[in-house]
Amino acid sequence: MYRILSKETVGPAIREYIVEAPEVARAARPGQFLVIRLHEDGERIPLTIVDTDDATGGITVVVQEVGKTTLEMGDRFGVGDGILDVVGPLGEASEIERFGTVICVGGGVGIAPLFPIARALREAGNRVIGIIGARSQEHLFYEEPMRNACDELHVMTDDGSAGDRGFVSDKLREILESGLSVDRVWAIGPAIMMKVCAETTRPFGVKTIVSINSVMIDGTGMCGGCRVEVAGAAKFACVDGPEFDAHEVNFDLLMSRQALYCEDEACSLERYKMRNPVGEERDQ
Amino acid sequence: MIAREQTPMRQQDPAVRVGNFDEVPLGYSEDEAIAEAERCLQCPEAPCIAGCPVRIDIPRFIARVKERDIAAAVATIREANALPAVCGRVCPQETQCQGVCTLGKRFEPVAIGRLERFCADWEEQHEAVSPSVAPDSGHCVAVIGAGPAGLTAAGELRRRGHAVTVFELLHAAGGVLVYGIPEFRLPKAIVKREVDALRALGVEIKVNQVIGRTHTIRELLDGQFDAAFIGTGAGLPRFLGVPGEHLGGVYSANEFLTRTNLMRAYRFPETDTPIRVGERVVTVGGGNVAMDAARTALRLGARESTIVYRRSEAELPARAEEVEHAKEEGVQFRLLTQPIRFSGENGTIHEMECLRMELGEPDGSGRRRPIPLEGSEFTLRAETAIIAVGNGPHPLILRSTDGLDVDRRGNIVADAETGATNLPGVYAGGDIVTGAATVIEAMGAGKRAAEAIDRLLQA
Ligand SMILES: Cc1cc2nc3c(=O)[nH]c(=O)nc-3n(C[C@H](O)[C@H](O)[C@H](O)COP(=O)(O)OP(=O)(O)OC[C@H]3O[C@@H](n4cnc5c(N)ncnc54)[C@H](O)[C@@H]3O)c2cc1C
Ligand SMILES: Cc1cc2nc3c(=O)[nH]c(=O)nc-3n(C[C@H](O)[C@H](O)[C@H](O)COP(=O)(O)OP(=O)(O)OC[C@H]3O[C@@H](n4cnc5c(N)ncnc54)[C@H](O)[C@@H]3O)c2cc1C
Ligand code: SF4
Ligand code: SF4
Ligand code: FES
Repeated sequence: MYRILSKETVGPAIREYIVEAPEVARAARPGQFLVIRLHEDGERIPLTIVDTDDATGGITVVVQEVGKTTLEMGDRFGVGDGILDVVGPLGEASEIERFGTVICVGGGVGIAPLFPIARALREAGNRVIGIIGARSQEHLFYEEPMRNACDELHVMTDDGSAGDRGFVSDKLREILESGLSVDRVWAIGPAIMMKVCAETTRPFGVKTIVSINSVMIDGTGMCGGCRVEVAGAAKFACVDGPEFDAHEVNFDLLMSRQALYCEDEACSLERYKMRNPVGEERDQ
Repeated sequence: MIAREQTPMRQQDPAVRVGNFDEVPLGYSEDEAIAEAERCLQCPEAPCIAGCPVRIDIPRFIARVKERDIAAAVATIREANALPAVCGRVCPQETQCQGVCTLGKRFEPVAIGRLERFCADWEEQHEAVSPSVAPDSGHCVAVIGAGPAGLTAAGELRRRGHAVTVFELLHAAGGVLVYGIPEFRLPKAIVKREVDALRALGVEIKVNQVIGRTHTIRELLDGQFDAAFIGTGAGLPRFLGVPGEHLGGVYSANEFLTRTNLMRAYRFPETDTPIRVGERVVTVGGGNVAMDAARTALRLGARESTIVYRRSEAELPARAEEVEHAKEEGVQFRLLTQPIRFSGENGTIHEMECLRMELGEPDGSGRRRPIPLEGSEFTLRAETAIIAVGNGPHPLILRSTDGLDVDRRGNIVADAETGATNLPGVYAGGDIVTGAATVIEAMGAGKRAAEAIDRLLQA
């Protein structure tokens, strides 16, 4: 059992947890993730490591409640409760070097995994420009940590309720078109956002890194369920990634593979909600 | 008069069992076991012993069964084999102990595996005799991977008085026995019982520990451990490399079986892990893994389950019993057939294009090489395809252990007798050394390595 040390709501249906897993905390580096399983009948789901604390052995994860498992975690797992399995750190760490000027683009819950990378890049001596975006002001989170991690932060919302109105990719294009010399771009968020960012930077020839969130089971290279096509070859996101060169990723395949279990997931979620009216109330 | 044929083992009716995940063969009664034991000739030179990779004294244990002294039979088996309930069920006996049985020259060989299973199951019903443990040696050994190789090494080392910690990346110990081989062939309760027995001996088993990520071998050896045994298996699924292979509905056998066995997707939505099985399922490959996948597909509701294999029936590498059970259950076989492309709609597979093959001259493996027949393309409709064409070495240890010698295929190079690798204090065995093989061979390797590690620590 891995004890939950803290739990906070950071946005609508977005919660931050600190889970006690000292061995993972000690070994983790930016860009790596965990696989957790809540209970005996639970699914194994991957979550990115957002921060670690060697003193408490805590690892921070930020979870967006999108389906049965993440919702159940929000409803039923509080401070002091135990998560049955936590495995990690998994995946290759981000390549952190002194590149020069780096733009870090985060969309939706992707802002959380971007945060440790931005911070490490800045510590490595880069000038870090952050662009974070959400549907509206209400959905925006981690603005403060990101502001501290970056030299400069741009906020975008779809409706203009915070920062500028528009998509993160609009701001990315604007900066690239301004003629600023950019050495590398990181983009983390929904697949469609990463795809658009890849297309935005491609004409400028700026190397762009994305973090691939394909459906995983073991997270250690044993099932091949997480495979993605990178430069025409099959790669396992959990061991070869999760970060890849955005200009080489087949995003359409990624998106179709992410949607494979939609019907089953909907069924699982409905069943859960029927049996757990708490979730319904919260949905109001 | 010796019965020419083996005493049959009762089994679940095929029509019933395709609707459940319960074990297929039901085991011998004591009378059936004795009837079978009486067929053994008690050959003085006992070729069967040499046919068993862990050298069980087969005539001796069978003699005890005949005398109805089952406890003594169990003790004889346990001297050589720590997992008899597993081996009695999954060993490819026809190519091992039973393949060289003297009786087999004229009649059916003695059903050694079934007798072994009978003894192991008897033990479960009765008071188990736990093996003795030597006094603490003061040495610590790390075992990486809780498959048959690692578990056997752990047990042997513990019995010799060493402190043993097993590190396993999954949330359950057992390796292929828990994530690969289905419940209907090897009930998970049996594996759990064996793992619990090891814990009772004092072996510490830590799950959720990815060596190469959570810790490295270097760290373990620099820390409390005096030696390490690597038994990380052949867990990396291979694909065919043909177009359309990443469509939805195309699974590696590992994923299909892991979802079903380890994650218990067959109970979805009571459990949270889903699996997709269409009306028509094709499984590519001819080994145990392919049979397990094709039979699992039927149990998950497929209307048609077809094995597609590029050679002929004689070359099928699966255990004879599995092929027979698959046929009884209605699995169809498309032999001499090779897939060349998957195609689909909306990102999921609808059909598989194939070529017919014919057999040419024997190749390096001694089997006749399949050659494609020009212009023989045809398509099979399928909503689910399962690729069971073999596994490569599990990659994480290899990537994280500097200086460890591996061969061309990426398997660890280890001494066949001792399991010693080129790194001091680091031993390896099982599928990570040999490539995908058998449970009993992995156990044999674990045992030999444990003996070598013991010699190293005593020195
Ligand atoms: C490397 C990686 C890092 C991730 N990091 C985070 C994170 O830090 N915070 C966060 O909120 N989410 C993260 N995710 C996504 C998260 O794993 C999914 O949201 C979660 O699995 C959904 O489970 P569910 O049962 O709640 O929803 P479901 O209803 O089961 O699924 C909703 C959607 O989530 C995705 N999904 C479902 N099961 C899995 C699975 N086993 N593996 C991966 N994706 C799945 C699918 O696209 C699916 O359509 C990450 C995914 C990956 C691959
Ligand atoms: C579906 C299927 C059916 C089979 N049927 C039969 C059969 O009927 N009869 C037979 O004799 N053989 C059969 N086999 C083959 C047999 O199961 C294997 O040869 C045997 O399990 C090998 O044992 P092992 O201990 O070397 O490896 P495995 O059983 O593969 O165990 C390795 C363990 O190491 C763990 N691991 C890997 N990397 C790490 C790491 N970095 N850190 C920590 N842990 C790690 C893995 O999670 C796994 O639990 C079958 C195999 C499969 C896949
Ligand atoms: S362990 Fe396997 S090979 Fe050895 S006697 Fe038993 S069934 Fe035969
Ligand atoms: S070879 Fe066959 S008949 Fe002879 S002792 Fe062994 S099991 Fe009995
Ligand atoms: S999650 Fe299984 S191989 Fe990547």
